[in-house]
Amino acid sequence: MAAVRIEHLHVVRGGNVVLPDISLTVESGTVTGLLGPSGSGKTTLMRAIVGVQVVAGGRVEVLGRPAGSRELRDRVGYLTQAPSVYADLSIRENLSYFADVLGAANGTVEQVLETVGLADHGGRVVRSLSGGQLSRASLACALLGEPELLVLDEPTVGLDPLLRRDLWDAFRRLAADGVTLLVSSHVMDEADRCDRLLLLRAGALLADETPGELRARTGRDDLDEAFLALVDTT
Amino acid sequence: MSFRVTRATALRVLRQLRRDPRTLGLLFVVPPLLITLFRYVFDGQPQTFDRVGGPMVGIFPFMMMFVITSIAMLRERTTGTLERLMTLPVGKLDLLAGYAAAFALVAVVQASLTSLVAFGLLGLDVQGAVWQVIALAVCNAVLGMSLGLFVSAFARTEFQAVQFLPAIVFPQLLLCGLLVPRERMLDVLRWISDAMPLTWAFDGLKTAVAGGSGGVVLRDALIVAGVTCVSLALGATTLRRRTG
Repeated sequence: MAAVRIEHLHVVRGGNVVLPDISLTVESGTVTGLLGPSGSGKTTLMRAIVGVQVVAGGRVEVLGRPAGSRELRDRVGYLTQAPSVYADLSIRENLSYFADVLGAANGTVEQVLETVGLADHGGRVVRSLSGGQLSRASLACALLGEPELLVLDEPTVGLDPLLRRDLWDAFRRLAADGVTLLVSSHVMDEADRCDRLLLLRAGALLADETPGELRARTGRDDLDEAFLALVDTT
Repeated sequence: MSFRVTRATALRVLRQLRRDPRTLGLLFVVPPLLITLFRYVFDGQPQTFDRVGGPMVGIFPFMMMFVITSIAMLRERTTGTLERLMTLPVGKLDLLAGYAAAFALVAVVQASLTSLVAFGLLGLDVQGAVWQVIALAVCNAVLGMSLGLFVSAFARTEFQAVQFLPAIVFPQLLLCGLLVPRERMLDVLRWISDAMPLTWAFDGLKTAVAGGSGGVVLRDALIVAGVTCVSLALGATTLRRRTG
């Protein structure tokens, strides 16, 4: 079953066509990597899926409903690229607020703190956090309420390799539990941990395949090189 | 409407204020100090202090909540927390009601402290009921909050947001009858002042302080409440779930 189905999506932002005409599906229970140079439309595509982007045309269906539907608001978790948490509250206060809003059980707060590796820092005020802690605090908020679809815009940016590995382990565990994840990234070693890759350039889809297929098609073993080869030849 | 979301939002806003003791101090210390300043500026004219000082108790919350809300809301917009909330099961009115409840509570404390200083220590003459003054102060605080919320949509930066105080609030202060009785104004200015909410807020306060007709106080409070509702509705339309 498809968790996300996009047909002929057309998005214009600030007078520029960001996504001319894109169609794709994301299968449920998978981790899909969204890759591409900056400015290629990754964030816009994610915003359209979450339903916060004004779209000019096409259809975006999420979990069987039009994107942005009221019924989806407690079923889709969204991590924005810039951390969106209250700087003057502690991590736990932020989480408690968003959990209350979602009507999520109180135990879930400690659970998501554990998932993002901030269990010992829940009482810290967000303003005093390091960059990596800040982005994980924001990620924790997106994990609340056991969403069926997680749309994560660069969740591991600025994190050290150890934390990145731990988070990707957590993503894989979520997917094993049936959660669908769409994760944008710049880091190709993360692409290797995805079930499927979407390669975006200038708003167009260059590839929609598994890491193995991408290697085979480009004849490159290294995903970085495979990606570059693809960008160069198209 | 969801009571759960409204309550959570009100508690969250109050927690944010609690984490900011300097702002709390300014909210609760500055109005009593300003009232004291008024008292001594008008040392030779006690009747002027009586006329202006009483209503000021209820005007401060209006100004303070206007500034605080416009900046708090601008922060929600610029830090992405509003966008996050708009992707969650949050009604726009739930969010606004949460803000209103939190700031109304702050206004009760602020107006009570200012009243205590003005009527208790400074000997400000109040003929009417102090509870009416405090109740009006709370109405005015929520009015200030609703206007601040609405104008925050038109500011891109905090610099712009604070400039809305002189742009939106000062003309109303000049025209509401606080400085010059409205009967003595040019006709045109009086007509303009008829259309401004602070005019009625001031009229209600003036009447309450003078122990005037309860009907007038109620009418003025209803006008203020009406403008608040319109402004909140306009404010709600500026909270967009989808943006370009």
